[in-house]
Amino acid sequence: MDLGKVVGTVVSTVKYEGLEGVRLLVVQPINKDFVAKKTAPIIAVDSVQAGSGDVIYYVNSREATLGLENSFVPVDACIVGHVDMVGSKKVTT
Amino acid sequence: MKLCRVIAPVVASVKHPAYEGLKLLLVQQVDAAMKSKGSEFLAVDRVQAGEGDLVLVLQEGNGVRQLFGIKKFPVRSVIVGIVDDVQTAR
Repeated sequence: MDLGKVVGTVVSTVKYEGLEGVRLLVVQPINKDFVAKKTAPIIAVDSVQAGSGDVIYYVNSREATLGLENSFVPVDACIVGHVDMVGSKKVTT
Repeated sequence: MKLCRVIAPVVASVKHPAYEGLKLLLVQQVDAAMKSKGSEFLAVDRVQAGEGDLVLVLQEGNGVRQLFGIKKFPVRSVIVGIVDDVQTAR
């Protein structure tokens, strides 16, 4: 699982039917100091009502589908938690 | 598996039910000289590893599901051992 920050949402009407009603969020991978990594943002589905600006963690590959009700869905990244603290560093909302 | 150093504990109260009661640690892969250099990622801890420990991390979902015996389990990395020593041929 990896740390990330929600930086946006994706609206997609024409998509695989399994993705109906599933929130697609733009997640920027971050390091332990919550600084953006030099990698492209990814698109993850949400299972914990994450919103823009939230520091979260997500699981990828096959396990991402297990985070959703219906796990026959073509996803490879799923947000599975809001982060409060990493070590002594508190997430400021 | 991967050889990693435990960097810091991660506190997350609002989370997917599967993570309820599980301890989450930030770990970083080490190189041949046991220096933490590789990618940082989160792993569930089952062996009471502490900050700075050298640990063995399983990063494969199927193995994790067998370990926990839960089918629908969105967890992919688990700390399965604390490493005392690593000997590599010179």
